[in-house]
Amino acid sequence: MTTKSNETEVTASETWQGVVADWSADKETFAMPWGKLMMWIFLLGDTFIFGIFLVAYMAARMNAVEPWPDTEAIFSMTLFGHEFPLLLIAIMTFILITSSGTMAMAVNYAYRGDRRKTVLFMSATALLGLSFVGMQAYEWYQLIYNYDIRPWGNPLGAEQFGAVFFMITGFHGLHVLAGVIYLSIVARKVSRGHYEKKGYAIVEITGLYWHFVDLVWVFIFAFFYLL
Amino acid sequence: MSAATHQPPISLFLKVWGLLFVLSFFSYLVEYYGMEGAWRWSLVLLFMVLKAAVILAVFMHVWWERLSLWLSLGLPTLLLITPVVILAIEGGYISGLRLEFFTR
Repeated sequence: MTTKSNETEVTASETWQGVVADWSADKETFAMPWGKLMMWIFLLGDTFIFGIFLVAYMAARMNAVEPWPDTEAIFSMTLFGHEFPLLLIAIMTFILITSSGTMAMAVNYAYRGDRRKTVLFMSATALLGLSFVGMQAYEWYQLIYNYDIRPWGNPLGAEQFGAVFFMITGFHGLHVLAGVIYLSIVARKVSRGHYEKKGYAIVEITGLYWHFVDLVWVFIFAFFYLL
Repeated sequence: MSAATHQPPISLFLKVWGLLFVLSFFSYLVEYYGMEGAWRWSLVLLFMVLKAAVILAVFMHVWWERLSLWLSLGLPTLLLITPVVILAIEGGYISGLRLEFFTR
């Protein structure tokens, strides 16, 4: 088995022999740019950080003596005289999904060699990410000033709610903010033609990080806000 | 570079984007119509898993990666089941204990 990944188009039908060949061959196990592999390893580590936060949230919620606050009521918004539960959170979800879509297109255009469109879509992604962080800041403001929720207390019920909320959404928001900075730096370098010789794997690597942030939000949205 | 070889058409991304919108909208409807109990849990978790799978497979290009990478990422992640199970048992035990104590 000397197949490199560029010869096997449909790797979904990969066999176990392929795995054995990858790991036993006298060359690197993963035929990909080293930066991409490092990003995957970083993301695997990050999976565990977020995973453990969510597990801690489960434990805190199961062990809380006082009732867990109703997220539906806290995060509801009134629009045109009608009360929508979780409206801001839903909008934030749609924004993050859209930013993931624009990022995927940026990666696609980067590999097609269209620098202008790559920069355009990366900038759109960064702007959407920035608006996400802005909305999250507004949400924090609401919880801190209107509901008087603190990391160490919560007048609406279980104290642990505040700690879990600020920890999980804060850490995720930090990831989004870091992603916006990362995207801006890479987009600027792409626009200057910095990667013309090196190749555009960097855009895919940045994309991996950005999609991961979106992926984490899928779980936070389900476990923290909906359930 | 190996990653550059397979570039799916833009239309695939637009379709997936639409699919993610629809799935998010469905999970929002679960909230909007105030479903409770087993229905709420199973629907929310179903939409969550579908969204996560689509993001991983298409947006993160995992579908086009080799099985070696799938395993290297997937198998360690499965370990997260361990703390979930341990702490779920612990949490159930504590609330059981409290119930017993307060209803005695």
